[in-house]
Amino acid sequence: MQSIAVQITVVLLALLTLCFVWVLRRTATPTPLENLAPGAYKLRNRLFALALLCGALIAGFTLLPWPHDAQATQVTRHIDAKARQWAWELSDQTARVGEVIEFRVTSEDVNHGFTLYDDKQQMVAQIQAMPGFVNKVRYQFTTPGVYKVLCLEYCGVAHHGMVADIQVLPAP
Amino acid sequence: MTTPLTPVESKDASFGVKLYLGTSMAVLLLMMLVGGLMRAAQAGWLDIPADVFYQLMTAHGAGMVGIAGLAGAGIMWHFLGRYVQLSAAVLYINYGLFLAGVVLILGAIFWGGYAGGWTFLWPLPAKSMGLWSAHAAASFIVGLLLIGVGFLIFNLDAGLAITRQYGSVLRGLGMDQLWSGQIQANHPPAVVASSMVIIVNTLGILSGAVVLAVTLANLYFPELVINPLLAKNLIYFFGHVFINATIYMSVIAVYELLPVYAGRPWKVSRPFYAAWAAATVFVMAVYPHHLLLDSVMPAPLLVLGQIVSYLSGIPVLLVTVYGALLLVYRSGIQWKVPALWLMLAMFGWAAGVIPAIVDGTIHVNKVMHNTMWVPGHFHFYLLLGVLPMVIGFGLHITSLHKALNEPLQRAFFFLYFAGASAFSVAFLAGGWASVPRRWAQHWPEWMAYDQAGSLAALVVIVAMLGLVIALIKRLLERPHGTTA
Repeated sequence: MQSIAVQITVVLLALLTLCFVWVLRRTATPTPLENLAPGAYKLRNRLFALALLCGALIAGFTLLPWPHDAQATQVTRHIDAKARQWAWELSDQTARVGEVIEFRVTSEDVNHGFTLYDDKQQMVAQIQAMPGFVNKVRYQFTTPGVYKVLCLEYCGVAHHGMVADIQVLPAP
Repeated sequence: MTTPLTPVESKDASFGVKLYLGTSMAVLLLMMLVGGLMRAAQAGWLDIPADVFYQLMTAHGAGMVGIAGLAGAGIMWHFLGRYVQLSAAVLYINYGLFLAGVVLILGAIFWGGYAGGWTFLWPLPAKSMGLWSAHAAASFIVGLLLIGVGFLIFNLDAGLAITRQYGSVLRGLGMDQLWSGQIQANHPPAVVASSMVIIVNTLGILSGAVVLAVTLANLYFPELVINPLLAKNLIYFFGHVFINATIYMSVIAVYELLPVYAGRPWKVSRPFYAAWAAATVFVMAVYPHHLLLDSVMPAPLLVLGQIVSYLSGIPVLLVTVYGALLLVYRSGIQWKVPALWLMLAMFGWAAGVIPAIVDGTIHVNKVMHNTMWVPGHFHFYLLLGVLPMVIGFGLHITSLHKALNEPLQRAFFFLYFAGASAFSVAFLAGGWASVPRRWAQHWPEWMAYDQAGSLAALVVIVAMLGLVIALIKRLLERPHGTTA
């Protein structure tokens, strides 16, 4: 998902840069604005319609089904995760490939960020840990290894030290 | 054909505006140094204890957000004051309250050890695990409240002035013209932008004040609590609105000054009014995009956060940035240094929109929230968007009587552009690699991104040092004669 986000960002940034370069290379020769305006506003109207269309399509594809309900009907097991300054308390620190784990995350004290990293240090799932609430996130492990739970919501002086392990074993 | 400068465009800035500008530039440089230290620590090049790192982080966040507000307010006051009668006394009262707040905030952090982050995310200010006292947290909170009161008074004065001149703030925003379709061509864009800021920033600051007041009470009366989810909503509403208002205040400099260099007016129109009306609503409605990973939030609010994140880009990109490009296209513009900065601001703002919108998609947010992607997008907005607006404004008003050293200023410009771009891209690259934000100590695998960011920070700081020295020297000089 990170790679898709970066590729989209790079492409759009490149397009934006090209637009700016194209315009800025054509500022020297003056032309009355009233000659340029009709064409420019027509183009803007088309861009506006395109933006709305793209936005609607993206909203439809990314919000349906509701992202926070992903895999809700496939959950095989729950793990309770309680955050506190500054450690994670997990009801289980092992899992198996193929399991869809629902992490039920809360906090004893301040806001924390329950964040699951795979053994290549890439983030694979994340949800907020809040006092008085239980947030849920589901993840299906696909490769064995030692995964880490980090805290990504600033919570005090040892925020960066809040790390726990989850040992993911091969499928039985 | 270039339109000659009219007398109002060459109006000297008042002492108060110069005070805002000079203070802002100096504090921005100081905050950049603090930020540079943070990046160097994350890069493994500086050994800073974690408690000190988080104090610096708190100071950098609060300092940058606050000073961006002060700079924007100075720009807004300078231009809005051409069209309505503003109070110089209020300008100084805001400045005085700002300074008082800064003293309390710095005292809280560097004397009291307060390191709760600029977002004061409840209940963290009260739960330091012994690192700071309730008094230190209280000092920080009261400091923010004083600054908030200053800005509320500033907004109230501006709102009353617009009301006296135009009938109401909504008329200042052009809502009557948008509705009727009868456009008054000489209605100033500066008044439109100021009206929007008055509406959103008043609501934003009041929301922040509610949670600050509860936080303050809770420090001494722990039984006085607030629902943490409500607190989070209020804090992110306040924070999002306030920092965006700094951009909307500062962009007035683009509306007013880019036309001077391009020789073409920036006129209001129905699309312009529609864009600003939309921006007024969107900047407030979008705040749930800071809570996309609180699954206990009502789903419609999170849907609103994602959808409005996308919609918010339209007024920025298709009205203001597109308008700026059209203004300079085949205009015969002479690219004096202030115009370069104002154009860079348009690029920076537009560029910052892109990673913001991408991260505003819930599926992406799930794996990029609270990574370096987030400071990546807002450093694009602020370093390459807001700050160039402030610098362009500053160089313009200080070159009315004495020409700039164009070659030297161009050198600063390109150095800054290169450094700030690399700095922001290093953050985005870190986000791609899942590097967390707000960590005092980084894992070795992440440090290459931090080292690239640190080197780029150095380039930015060098450029900014040159700019600040040049600008403050000019601000301290007496103008030679006056122009109308």
